[in-house]
Amino acid sequence: MVSQPTTIGGPQFECETGNYHTFCPISCVAWLYQKIEDSFFLVIGTKTCGYFLQNAMGVMIFAEPRYAMAELEEGDVNAKLNAYDELQRLCLQVKKDRNPSVIVWIGTCTTEIIKMDLEGIAPKLEDEIGIPIVVARANGLDYAFTQGEDTVLAAMASRCPAPQEVRSEAEKKERTGGLRTLFSLGKRDEKKAADPAPSEYVDHEPLVLFGSLTDPVVNQLTLELKKQGIRVSGWLPAPRYTELPIVEQGVTFVAGVNPFLSRTASALQRRMRCNLITTPFPIGPDGTRGWIEAICRALGVTPKGLDEREQQIWDALRDDVEFLKGRSVFFMGDNLLEVSMARFLIRCGMIVHEVGIPYMDKRYQQGELDLLDRTCRELGHPPVRIVEKPDNYNQIQRIYACKPDLVITGMAHANPLEARGITTKWSVEFTFAMIHGFTNAHEMLKMVRKPLDRNNALKSLGWEKLIQEA
Amino acid sequence: MKLAYWMYAGPAHIGTLRIASSFKNVHAIMHAPLGDDYFNVMRSMLERERDFTPVTASVVDRKVLGRGSQDKVVTNIVRKDQEEAPDLIVLTPTCTSSILQEDLQNFVARAQEQSQADVLLADVNHYRYNEFTAADRTLTQIVSYYIEKLTGNFPARSEKPTANILGISTLGFHNHHDCRELKQLLADLGVEVNVVAPEGCSVHDIQKMPSAWFNVVPYRELGRGAAEYLQRQTGQPLIDITPMGILQTARFIRAVQQILNTQGARVEYEEYIRLQTLFVSQAAWFSRSIDCQNLQGKRAVVYGDLTHAAAMTRILAREMGVRVVWAGTFCKYDAEWFKAEVADLCDEVLISDDHAEVGDRIAAAEPAAIFGTQMERHIGKRLNIPCGVISSPIHIQNFPVGYRPFLGYEGTNQIADLVYNSFTLGMEDHLLEVFGGHDTKEVITKTMTAQSDLEWDEAATRELAKIPGFVRSKVKRNTEKFARESGRDKITLEVMYAAKEAAGA
Repeated sequence: MVSQPTTIGGPQFECETGNYHTFCPISCVAWLYQKIEDSFFLVIGTKTCGYFLQNAMGVMIFAEPRYAMAELEEGDVNAKLNAYDELQRLCLQVKKDRNPSVIVWIGTCTTEIIKMDLEGIAPKLEDEIGIPIVVARANGLDYAFTQGEDTVLAAMASRCPAPQEVRSEAEKKERTGGLRTLFSLGKRDEKKAADPAPSEYVDHEPLVLFGSLTDPVVNQLTLELKKQGIRVSGWLPAPRYTELPIVEQGVTFVAGVNPFLSRTASALQRRMRCNLITTPFPIGPDGTRGWIEAICRALGVTPKGLDEREQQIWDALRDDVEFLKGRSVFFMGDNLLEVSMARFLIRCGMIVHEVGIPYMDKRYQQGELDLLDRTCRELGHPPVRIVEKPDNYNQIQRIYACKPDLVITGMAHANPLEARGITTKWSVEFTFAMIHGFTNAHEMLKMVRKPLDRNNALKSLGWEKLIQEA
Repeated sequence: MKLAYWMYAGPAHIGTLRIASSFKNVHAIMHAPLGDDYFNVMRSMLERERDFTPVTASVVDRKVLGRGSQDKVVTNIVRKDQEEAPDLIVLTPTCTSSILQEDLQNFVARAQEQSQADVLLADVNHYRYNEFTAADRTLTQIVSYYIEKLTGNFPARSEKPTANILGISTLGFHNHHDCRELKQLLADLGVEVNVVAPEGCSVHDIQKMPSAWFNVVPYRELGRGAAEYLQRQTGQPLIDITPMGILQTARFIRAVQQILNTQGARVEYEEYIRLQTLFVSQAAWFSRSIDCQNLQGKRAVVYGDLTHAAAMTRILAREMGVRVVWAGTFCKYDAEWFKAEVADLCDEVLISDDHAEVGDRIAAAEPAAIFGTQMERHIGKRLNIPCGVISSPIHIQNFPVGYRPFLGYEGTNQIADLVYNSFTLGMEDHLLEVFGGHDTKEVITKTMTAQSDLEWDEAATRELAKIPGFVRSKVKRNTEKFARESGRDKITLEVMYAAKEAAGA
C-alpha cells in the first residue's frame, strides 16, 4: 500500500492514498462566519452537508448564525430546476433577512458532480442583487478540513482592492484592519485613529498577512512585528469584508500564518502579483522566531532582540519542556498543522513517530520543512516520516506496534484508542485553540501535556485497558 | 433549493449506518467523498463508543471521479473482508455519491465473488428517504436477506414464551436504557427475549427470530418493516404499542397476554399491572399527590418524533391533567398515523419540520412548558419557557451515564421527574406569585479591584472585554499586579500580553 519513501533533505515523504477521516472542508464556515462579522455563508449542498454542519457546530445554530444551507433537492440534482433562479431566490431572501456585506457561496461535492456553474452565475447575480458574491469550492473531492478556509481566502484574495481603487482617506484607514483594532476607538474617531508614533516604524514595502486567527492572536502577531518596526498594512481576512486589505500589484509582500493556505498563497502570488514570503509558521517560539526573521529578511529589516525574545519564552516553558522531553507522539493527520506542531514538539525534545497529513504542498511549506530538517539535525532526531493521505487502519496497526505516549488524532478514533490504553488528544482542539505566536506557545504545550497528566493521575488505578478481549 | 438552517432528522445514509453498525460483526463501506463519514465521529463521541466504528469510507476524490470508482470500492470491500472477517458488508453511498449513478449493485456482485462475507447494497433512495425511513428499510432488507436464506425452513417455536425486540439501534434516543427496561418488563411477564435487533445482534441470530412467539416494536420509526415482513413470512404476530406511560404500558402488557393466551399459554397479568401502577411505579401516585394538583389545566405543547410526541401527549393529557395546546411532529411521512393518535388529546395538531414555524407556534401558544427536542429547548430559553427534552435529534445530553429509560415502569418515573422539573409547581408556584420571582434579573457587577490607580487604554479595555467573564477578573488582577511590579501606570495591549507570558511561566 505504501509507496517507496523518497528522501528530500530531511523528512521522508510517503503517500499512502488510504481511507482516512477528516472533517469536511465546509466546516470552515464555523469559524469564518464569526471571523468576518458582516458576511453570510451559503453552503450549497445536500442534507448530508447540512447534517454535518449541524452536528459539527453544536449549539451555534441556535444563535441565528450568519450561515445557512441551500439544500439541493431532487429537482436541482436532475437539473429540472434552473440553478440561477433558485440561487437568486435564496440570495434575495438572505439579503432581505440579514443584509450582509458579502455572501460567500460554499460549493460542495454535489455542486462539483452536477457541475453547477457557480463561478458563472455569481457575477451576474452579484450585479443584480448588489451584494458581492464570493465563490469557494470547499468540497471533499479536492480538499480536507482546514483547506476549506484556504478555498475561501483564495477566492477573497482577488477582491482585495488596489490602492487607486481606494480613494477616501477614511476607507484607507478602515482597510488597515490590524491597526484599527489596535489604535483606534472606532471608525468615526478620526483623531484617535491617527497613528500614534509613526517613527516607531521602519520604511518598508507594504505587508499583508493571510490566515484566519482570533482577534487577540492577530493583535499579538501584529505587535511582535511592530517591535521590529514592521507595519502590517492588513490581514486577509479582515474582521469585516469591507475592510479587505489594499494590495498593490508587484509591490505588496504577503506572508501566511497557517500551513494549509497554499492556494491562497498562490492566488495572491499569481493573480495579485504579490511577493510571497516563504516562512516557517508562527507555532512555537522557534517557528514564531523563524516567521518574523523571514519577514524581516524579505522586507530588508534587520531583526532585533529576537534571541532574547525567543529565549524568554523558552525559559517560561521550561517545566513543560522538561516534562515532555523523551516522550513520543504520533500524528494521525487531520488539520494540516501537523508538520509545524511536530517541529515544535521535536524542539521540545519529543520523539515523533509519524506525521500523517491529508495534503502536503512542499513548495508552500518549504520554510517549515527546512526548519523541521534543521531541528531534527540539531536535536539528533531521526528524519521525520511524513505520510500524506494516510490509511487510518494501517496507522492504527503502526500505533499498536510503536506504542507512542500520545496520539494526536481526529475525533473518530480518540475514544477507541483511549479504551485500548493509548493516550490521545483531539487534533481539532489545536485547530480552534490559540496556539500561534510567542505568547501562546504555552497554550499548545499545556494541551499536549493535559492528556499525559490526566492519565498519569489515574495510573495507579489500573484502568488502562477498558475493552473486553473477545 | 431550500434555505435550511436545521434538520430534525438526518440524511438517509445515517439511518443505514445506524443499522449496519448496530449489528455485531457487520462492516459498512461508505462510497463517499472525504468528510462524509462523520457518522464515525457521531457514534464515537455521542455513544462514547469504546470500539472503532465499523464503518470505512472508500474515499471518492477527483481521481476516482475521473476513472470511476468500481476498482476502489471492490478493493475496499475485499480488503475489509480480509482484515476484519465480518459476516456481512453493507455498501452505502451518500446523497452526493448517489448522483454519480454508478452501478453499485454490480460492484457488490463483483466484490461478493472475492469475499467470504455476504455483501449487500443498502437499497435506499437518498433523496426520498430520511434517517428514519432509511434505517427501517435497511433493517428490513438485512432481516429479509437472512430469513430468505432459510427457504421456509424456519426454526420451531420455542417451548416457553419468547419475544424479539426490533428497533433498538445505536444513536437512538435513550435506546439502550429502553431496551434494558423492556427486557426487565418481559422477564416480569415470564417472557424470555429471543433476539434484540439490530443492536448487538449477529446476522446469524436473525435466523433464530422465527422461533419467538411474537415481535415487539417499541418505536413507530424503526423496526416495523422487519416485524411486518416476519409476520408475512412466518405468521409471527407483532405488538406495536409503545409502552411509554402508565396507561400505554398496561395496554402493552395486555397485548402480550392476549398473544400468549391465543397461542396456548395461560397468563393473567391484571394483578401485576395493578401492583406496578399503584405501588411500584411512583408515577400514578405522583399524579395523584397534592404536589401535582397545580398541573391540572396547565398548558403545554409537545413536539418531537412520532413515538415520543404521541406518547408524551397521551401522558400529559390523560395521566396528568395537563392541557396540550398543540402536539406536533417533524415526521411528515407518517402524518396520518400521528393525527389519529393525538387528535382527541390536544387542541391542535402541527405537522412541520420547519423549526422557525415551530418556534412561532410556541410563541403564539405561550405554554407553561414545552416538551420537545433540543431545538425547542433553545426556543424555550429565548422565550423563557421551560422545556423537557423528549425526542431526537440526539445530543450528548441524551446519552447519560446513569439509567434513564423512557419506556416501562421505570420510564414512567423518569417522565414524572421530567414533567415535575419542567413546570413550576405547588408551593413554589404560590411563593413566586407572592414574592415576584426567583432571582433578580440584574447582574450585580463586582468591582474587580477596589481602587485601581492604573489606567487601561482603549485597546486593552476592549481586549479585556473579550475575555470570558469567569476569568476576566483574574486576568485583570494579574495584569495590574504585573504592571505595578514592572513600574508601569498605563496598561496597553503589550503590557497585557507580557503579563500573560509572565503568568504562564
